Amino acid sequence: MNKTKVPGKNNKHKVLIYAISTCAWCKMTKKFLSDNSVEYEYIDVDLTSDEDHEKIRQDIESKGAPPSYPTIIVDGKTAITGFRKDLIKEALEI
Amino acid sequence: MMALDKVRQRAESDAKTYGYYLNPDADFLKDLLEGLQKNEERYGYPSCPCRVASGKLELDRDIICPCDYRDPDVAEFGTCYCALYIRKDMYEGKTPITPIPERRPQEKQTRAYAVAAEARAEKPPETAKVISPEPSQVKKKLWYCRQCGYVVYREDPPYVCPICKAKREMFAEIAVSTSLSG
Ligand code: SF4
Repeated sequence: MNKTKVPGKNNKHKVLIYAISTCAWCKMTKKFLSDNSVEYEYIDVDLTSDEDHEKIRQDIESKGAPPSYPTIIVDGKTAITGFRKDLIKEALEI
Repeated sequence: MMALDKVRQRAESDAKTYGYYLNPDADFLKDLLEGLQKNEERYGYPSCPCRVASGKLELDRDIICPCDYRDPDVAEFGTCYCALYIRKDMYEGKTPITPIPERRPQEKQTRAYAVAAEARAEKPPETAKVISPEPSQVKKKLWYCRQCGYVVYREDPPYVCPICKAKREMFAEIAVSTSLSG
């Protein structure tokens, strides 16, 4: 699965965004992290294969979240659904 | 490719018809309109920019923009799921625009995944299993609005009647004996 890495000074947490390439909330989420110099990786789910898409869905659901986008996975454990600035800030301590 | 201006005009005129506004953030709005343009190009219909489409019309019908969920979402939360269509108070900045929960039933998503998985499984025939509905098994029915008589041929009746704004509960199924498929 191809992840795109966006470098940043703050790499305290491992951040992965499951996004959709056409989704404006997803873009805002990416921009918010970049603006806060947070290092993260992302996958645009609509550009992956069906198999990868299914794996992503299972990964999100295994963390107890619904398969909607963006979903932000913090340290491989916590899933945040949607561009919830407050929750993202809290989880990333920014 | 459909010109971006056309996509914008279509959304504007639809917003006007329903008394909605488009997102006042010009960049955010442009992202969504470009998303619709891209989806129309890759799937043949403008499916929702913020949801993953299956590429199969029958399974994506409920998320073609304006999606089935827009009217109840704007009524309840002030914006559609993508925040393309906005209620007046949000447009005027009286209420901040924040993400809203997904209303689309999970089984509709799951069904789209299952069909995609089955299509893959069919390639080597010995491993093919019939585990999920084909798009043709999406059962469409005739529904009519008991309030105004509007008739619609779809899997489910709309949340809100597009003509008289009656709620979904006002819709009743029309029993027909002739087949309408094909
Ligand atoms: S959520 Fe908004 S942009 Fe997405 S399909 Fe529905 S009406 Fe269109």
